[in-house]
Amino acid sequence: MPNMSLKKNPMPEQAADVRNKNFFEVTCGYTEEMALDEAQRCLNCKNPACMEGCPVAVKIPDFIRLILDRDFEGAYKKITETNSLPAVCGRVCPQERQCESRCVRGIKGESVAIGRLERFVADRHLQSGDTAIDIPKPNGKKVAVIGSGPSGLTAAGDLAKLGYDVTIYEAFHTAGGVLMYGIPEFRLPKDIVQKEIDKLVKMGVKIETNVIIGKTILVDELFDEFGYDAVYIGTGAGLPSFMGIEGEALNGVYSANEFLTRINLMKGYKFPEYDTPVYVGKNVAVFGGGNVAMDAARSAKRLGAENVYIIYRRGKEELPARFEEVMHAEEEGIIFMLLKNPTRFIGDEKGKLTGVELISMKLDEPDEGGRRKPVPIEGSNEIVDIDTAIVSIGQTPNPLIKKTTDGLETNKRGCIVTDESGATSKPLVYAGGDVVTGAATVILAMGAGKTAAKAIDEKLR
Amino acid sequence: MYKILKKEELNSQIFLMTVEAPLVARRAQPGQFIILRIDEYGERVPFTISDFDKDAGTVTIIVQTLGKTTKQLSELSEGDCILDFAGPLGMPTKLDGLKKVCVIGGGLGCAIAYPQAKKLKKLGADVTVISGFKTKDLIILENELGLVSDKLVITTDDGSNGTQGFVTDRLKEELLSGEKFDEVIAIGPLPMMRAVCNVTKEYNIHTTVSMNPIMIDGTGMCGGCRVIVGGETKFACVDGPDFDGHLIDWETAINRQHMFKEYEQKSLHKCRVRDTL
Repeated sequence: MPNMSLKKNPMPEQAADVRNKNFFEVTCGYTEEMALDEAQRCLNCKNPACMEGCPVAVKIPDFIRLILDRDFEGAYKKITETNSLPAVCGRVCPQERQCESRCVRGIKGESVAIGRLERFVADRHLQSGDTAIDIPKPNGKKVAVIGSGPSGLTAAGDLAKLGYDVTIYEAFHTAGGVLMYGIPEFRLPKDIVQKEIDKLVKMGVKIETNVIIGKTILVDELFDEFGYDAVYIGTGAGLPSFMGIEGEALNGVYSANEFLTRINLMKGYKFPEYDTPVYVGKNVAVFGGGNVAMDAARSAKRLGAENVYIIYRRGKEELPARFEEVMHAEEEGIIFMLLKNPTRFIGDEKGKLTGVELISMKLDEPDEGGRRKPVPIEGSNEIVDIDTAIVSIGQTPNPLIKKTTDGLETNKRGCIVTDESGATSKPLVYAGGDVVTGAATVILAMGAGKTAAKAIDEKLR
Repeated sequence: MYKILKKEELNSQIFLMTVEAPLVARRAQPGQFIILRIDEYGERVPFTISDFDKDAGTVTIIVQTLGKTTKQLSELSEGDCILDFAGPLGMPTKLDGLKKVCVIGGGLGCAIAYPQAKKLKKLGADVTVISGFKTKDLIILENELGLVSDKLVITTDDGSNGTQGFVTDRLKEELLSGEKFDEVIAIGPLPMMRAVCNVTKEYNIHTTVSMNPIMIDGTGMCGGCRVIVGGETKFACVDGPDFDGHLIDWETAINRQHMFKEYEQKSLHKCRVRDTL
């Protein structure tokens, strides 16, 4: 008999007033008992709509059946048939907009907690210590993967499984891309990401850190001098956008990238044990409403800020962040200042940030795309005292490769243009993830890596 | 891991380090920089490439002991390794087509001025080098700069080498004597570069300065190195580090350098405490 409870099994988590002072993971994961109970909520639909909501079409009802059979390793294998990073996706996918949004149980009540079950299965596998890996038979062909974020890792994994000799080039000193420098420890523990990377290395994938393609080595040289047969570009969207308002160069104004990189990659939250400092004042304003903004705000709170504001020009309904992140941020005491937009930053004579001028916004009628445009309300200006500002209004692709690679077509937003298979305008060069789509999600980037790996194999085989 | 092949003290505060980094040396050009991280706990710190040898696969940096990382570097010896060493980063200095150039280095800035003067000389330009130091004991690269310049002027703030005054005083002398430069390249502390720009503006000489702001990744990702140039925000790591000195917003640049001053002291303090344990 299915479990007909209208509610998901709640996720065990650290209490809000405890976790907002530490960097340990917020959610603790389902116990076996909870997972079994939740798995019973799945109706095992004939035509599973949930799968259509998943960018990599994880066989959701199948893996949930295997949980019910207590074949957790089997469930893990089922997921990894199409998703190579389940421990990551179970934590950071916007399930409420993907699989879970299609779940029949969601029509009356809450959907099945697919994401939490995915995480349960993946964590169970990692804890089991079963890391046996089939070493593929080499096929004698070499592929270079540029960037070691979710897209590059997925492409590399899929190609390695097919016997390709794969080298990942990473500009930073640590592989993992946004999973390492962007998403904080309390939402995605770094040892989980590292385990996924270690798995690839065991499979024979080589990782060359400290190599900036477009500077250290050019794309053309990868073919001519280094002898690769194909190249996959998964360099993400790493270039932070600023707002272009007065005072953005004041001390105390960060891009979310800088703030989060200092904390996550450089371990600035452990300063002075680690050498990289991160300045956080008493009153912190984060501009933007996406996951990155939530991550920055919650990190600032954990580093001791008294008041942390999320300043967003639309309303709560329009916040692009995952629902769970918004909820967690609210519980942790983040103050949402919605329908507000900054007009200028204010500083003292030493160039230090002291405040921000905001203007209130209202939402216009929906446009053709259904999105309501925010418009300023004249005369509603106010000044808020802040000493730290974190600009989190989006990122665009880094132009280093575009600038140094002839024949690589990009669009006006600086994104690489590809066909559906990930092929670019340059022969044997493929691309996918944020560098093609602009800043999007981990799972879409992984999906693109998968598609391109398949296309590369078809081309080189 | 990147092995230190050679280490040499240039004065009591400044030393040179040649590091085995063939991939960096392979495409390095004057004006570019590297980022290193000394160990697992280290910061990512940029250093300008002072010299490189593609055949030997080596890159030379010149370091002044100032903060935590530079102090730790100063304690390393030949044969030791640096954990991370990435580059070459930034845009090379535009040197082609220049006929008569004055290259000005202030203190450690001479380390960066040197590869530029060397390349200019190779390209056949007439090169005047003006180097300024606080005092005689701190003079570095005198022989090297002599070899790559048509005229070398060394000046000290206290006059201890026989020529007293700032680099701007010597530059003014050159200009007053009728020297006509197509370009001035100034590298050194921000106030020095600003002072040089004030002089060259009067004479309407295009002036390139090399900015060295705080940065993390060096690839355009953090935006920490933003510099305001002609009213626009530029990233020193990818758009620079060289910029038209007459367009730089110097006040903002100087303020931004102080962002983490307090923390640098803390970090250095911890480093000293660790040493005494």
